[in-house]
Amino acid sequence: MPTEWRDFFALTKPRVMTLVIFTAICGVLAAPGSIHPVIGFTAILAIAMGAGGSAVLNMWWEADIDAGMKRTMSRPLPGGRMRREDARDFGIFLSAVSIVLMGLAVGWLAAALLLGAIIYYAVIYTMWLKPRTPQNIVIGGGAGAFPPLIGWVAVTGDITAMPLLLFAIIFFWTPPHFWALALFVQSDYAKVGIPMLPVVAGEKATRNQIMGYTLLLAPIAIAPWAIGGTSWIYGSVAVVLSALFVVLAVPVFTRMRAETDAMTPEKTLFKFSIVYLFVLFAALVADRVAAYQGWIA
Amino acid sequence: MTPEEEREFLRRRKARNWVVAGTLVFFVVLFYAITIVRIGGQGG
Repeated sequence: MPTEWRDFFALTKPRVMTLVIFTAICGVLAAPGSIHPVIGFTAILAIAMGAGGSAVLNMWWEADIDAGMKRTMSRPLPGGRMRREDARDFGIFLSAVSIVLMGLAVGWLAAALLLGAIIYYAVIYTMWLKPRTPQNIVIGGGAGAFPPLIGWVAVTGDITAMPLLLFAIIFFWTPPHFWALALFVQSDYAKVGIPMLPVVAGEKATRNQIMGYTLLLAPIAIAPWAIGGTSWIYGSVAVVLSALFVVLAVPVFTRMRAETDAMTPEKTLFKFSIVYLFVLFAALVADRVAAYQGWIA
Repeated sequence: MTPEEEREFLRRRKARNWVVAGTLVFFVVLFYAITIVRIGGQGG
C-alpha cells in the first residue's frame, strides 16, 4: 500500500518547523542590506526544507526508539505506515535539494552553513551524541540555532558578530526551555536508553543547569545592543525580558518537587521561554525596520 | 487485494501524484522567478 503523502509531511516535524521558519525570517529581515523578495523567500524555503530533511533523517534513525515511547509510537515509521528506506531516501533527497537550491539561488556560504546544520542535527546530534550524553539537549539546541544565522548570511554574504550572537541566543535558550518542560512532563526516555538530564543526573542537577544557562543567556541576549548592533528598541526589550527570565528561573532553581505538586513555576518558565524567544526576535526585526524608516538614529 | 483495498490503493496513489505534481509546478515557477531576478540583477 503506498504511503499517504501526509505521513511524508509528518516526518518533517512541521510544528518544529514553525520556529525554524520564524527565526529564519527574523534573520533575513534583521540583517543589514537588502535582498530581493524572491531570493529571500527562496532562502527561507531552503532553510525550511533543510530543517525538514534533517528531521526526516532523525525520525529514520530513531524509529526503534520512537516505537518504545508513548508520545512517538504512532509516528509514520514506528506506526508501520512507511518503509524505513523510503524515509531515509526522502530525508536525503530533501536535504540535498535544499542545499543545491540555497547555493544556486542565494549563495554558497549560506548553502555551506545549511549543509553544516543538517550534518550537525542528523549525524552529530541524532546519531552520535544524543544517545551518549545528558547534555544532548544543549547540543541539539545548536541545530535549532542555525536558521537565523543562515537567514542573516543569505542577505549579507558574510559571517559577523551579530548573526553569531543570534545563534548563541537560541543555543543558550534551548536548555532552560526544554528542561523546564522535562521537569513537569513525564517522558519514557529512560525506557529507551536516551540519557536525558532529569533521568540521569536527577531533578536538582536539572534545576541547577536551568539557572546556569539562564544566567548565561541574559548577557548574550543583551549583547547585540551592547556591541552597537541594535538600537535601544531591541536593547530595552532584551533587558526587560532577560530580567524576567531570570526572575522566573529563580523559583525553579530553589525549590524541589513536593507531593501532588502542580509544578506551576516550571510550567510558567516553560511558557514564558516561548514568548521570550518570539518577542526577542520580533524586537530585533522591529529595531531594523525602525532604523530603515529613519525613526531612530 | 480486495476491492476495498484496491480503492484505497488507488486513492493514496492519486493523492500522492497530485502532491508531487503540485510540488513540481511550484518549483518550475520558483526557478523561473529566480532566473528572472538573477538575470535582472546582472543586467542592472
